[in-house]
Amino acid sequence: MSGTDIAAERLTNLDAVRAALHEAMVADDKTVILGEDVGARGNVFLITTGFLQEFGARRVIDMPLAEASIVGIAVGMALQGLRPIAEIQFADFIYPAFSQIVGEAAKIRYRSNGEYGCPLVIRTPYGGGVHGALSHSVSIEALFYHVPGLKIVAPTTPYDVKGLLTAAIEDPDPVLFLEHKKTYRSVKGDVPEGRFTIPIGKADVKKAGTQVTVVSYGYNLHQALDAARQLEAEGVSIEVVDLRSIRPMDKTTILTSVRKTRKLLIVHEDNKFGGIGAEISAMVSEEAFFDLDAPIRRLCGPDVPAMGYARPLEDAFMISTERMRIAMRDLARF
Amino acid sequence: MAKTVTARAVLDRGGLTDEQLVAMLWNMLLQRQIDNRGFQLNRQGKIPFALGSEGHEALQAGAALAFNRGSDVLVPYYRDLGLVLGVGITPLDLLTNMFAREADLSGGRQFPNHYTARAHGVLTISSIIAAHCTHAAGVAYALTYDGKPGRAVLCSTGEGATSQGEWHEALNFAAIHKLPVVFLVQNNGWAISTPQSQQMAIVDVADKAAGYGMPGMICDGTDPVATYRTMKIAMDRARAGGGPTLVEAKCYRFLSHSTDDDDRTYRDQAEIAAQRADDPLPKYERVLLEAGIIDDVGLAAIKAEVLSLTNDATDQAEALPYPSVDDMATHVYDGPYEPWLE
Repeated sequence: MSGTDIAAERLTNLDAVRAALHEAMVADDKTVILGEDVGARGNVFLITTGFLQEFGARRVIDMPLAEASIVGIAVGMALQGLRPIAEIQFADFIYPAFSQIVGEAAKIRYRSNGEYGCPLVIRTPYGGGVHGALSHSVSIEALFYHVPGLKIVAPTTPYDVKGLLTAAIEDPDPVLFLEHKKTYRSVKGDVPEGRFTIPIGKADVKKAGTQVTVVSYGYNLHQALDAARQLEAEGVSIEVVDLRSIRPMDKTTILTSVRKTRKLLIVHEDNKFGGIGAEISAMVSEEAFFDLDAPIRRLCGPDVPAMGYARPLEDAFMISTERMRIAMRDLARF
Repeated sequence: MAKTVTARAVLDRGGLTDEQLVAMLWNMLLQRQIDNRGFQLNRQGKIPFALGSEGHEALQAGAALAFNRGSDVLVPYYRDLGLVLGVGITPLDLLTNMFAREADLSGGRQFPNHYTARAHGVLTISSIIAAHCTHAAGVAYALTYDGKPGRAVLCSTGEGATSQGEWHEALNFAAIHKLPVVFLVQNNGWAISTPQSQQMAIVDVADKAAGYGMPGMICDGTDPVATYRTMKIAMDRARAGGGPTLVEAKCYRFLSHSTDDDDRTYRDQAEIAAQRADDPLPKYERVLLEAGIIDDVGLAAIKAEVLSLTNDATDQAEALPYPSVDDMATHVYDGPYEPWLE
């Protein structure tokens, strides 16, 4: 995260989402927010509290309980000149909208040969470790990152969240914006005042190091940073790359870092099989195999259908900072 | 619904001029000619696929006349040849689409009958049944976003689409917000091989409107004037701020679902023969002839013109180049895109 001399305020990730949404609503009266309980309730996490009173029911729309139409109607609005920001209350509820996101929004520009675009943001809280059990804990990025035409962003610091959400709202194409709910209130950071954007598709080196590259995103990113800082005391130097954008993916930053450290650990909460780490691993193997001094390692969620509700089940699903530290140390010593 | 045309019905022209009545016949004849051309080209091995609207001509010609060009928005489905012709897409556009040429409105990317034409107020559609219905509701929301009435959306489907959750979700949202949209259901009795009785337990799709709190109207989809009058009422109500309407136009699908389908495997051919008595084309020809609005010479002239237009469009489209593979990765996103190609 870049330092700044501009006046900054200390925000949580949740505050950052709210600030970006509020500024977008003020900046462009074509911007509308639609989702379940986004109006009178102000969203289940209280992100849009007060928006209904400030912007009115025409622009802050409490939708019927039907996710396919939340996205489908947002697509129609986007095609007719509005700038919809659709909310899926929990990422686990996005499945009914899969057809609209993958079959419609992501293909509209392509299938119309550029005649129509679909400037649409779909925000949704994802991720576990919050006692959310099977249907309030999932990571969905791997289900969508296979799809050209879609952009996927998963920032995890307040600065990145605000800048990338603003960029997503201004983007002329559909963006799936993932907010790790465990970081909503637990992560705080300085954010410059006023509207700014961070380019979609750029990773960020959150900590420089020389012996191992760790690529991560979401809640795990903060744990990876903690583990890396702990290892500094042992004289182990870890570079931590925050992916931030999942699609498009920043090959350059990943490869530059891996060519320097010659070792790669990928950490994500989503399960391993066919996950984001699989693509990163394949890409690095294709592009930088002879620069590697160790096999690529992935530390991911277990290959089970979901995160259990019971505390031991949830803890076993989430990757502990300790496991990350061990994996980093092992790789550094390889 | 009247099955026989009477002289009195002829006089009930729905407020349409002679020119408009003849224009509908012209549209209907052109539809059938282009339909036939698609199947011919497929059987000749010149195009991989075609899909016909035979039996839907009357209702589509009538519905298109209730559409205000330049302000309304059409969200069609894939069996809407007459609707898109009626709002301004040309025979050459349609043939270029069938031949998948570079000049096609989708650049040769879309399946036949999947139209995109912003200039004519036609949205882009996929083959996913009813996925476009929620788009129609969103467009309708945007049309009245500034609080001004006067524009409407025409969203078209077959009766099979009404089984989809998204169809329900679209009507529900449209009714809640009183949106200016007309959901036209072209009930031809068949969804590929599935008859209406396997699709729903009711006879009239229009009955479903009651569940959403909007009017449901039924019209004889083999009669262009009847369909026009019904659609005009519904579209005018939408434009005036009166909210959405579900219109069911009853018709029949004479052809197989597409060139890849063979209805002899599931449909009693005697049923088709019986329905031919209600074929909208000869029926409407008779109406105009008996009313003295056209004569045999005029009718023959229209048929010759329609054939000539179709032949010319076929030759022109066939002579056009395919899209360049170099453009395969354009319009994935706005702006530059570097795909991971190997």
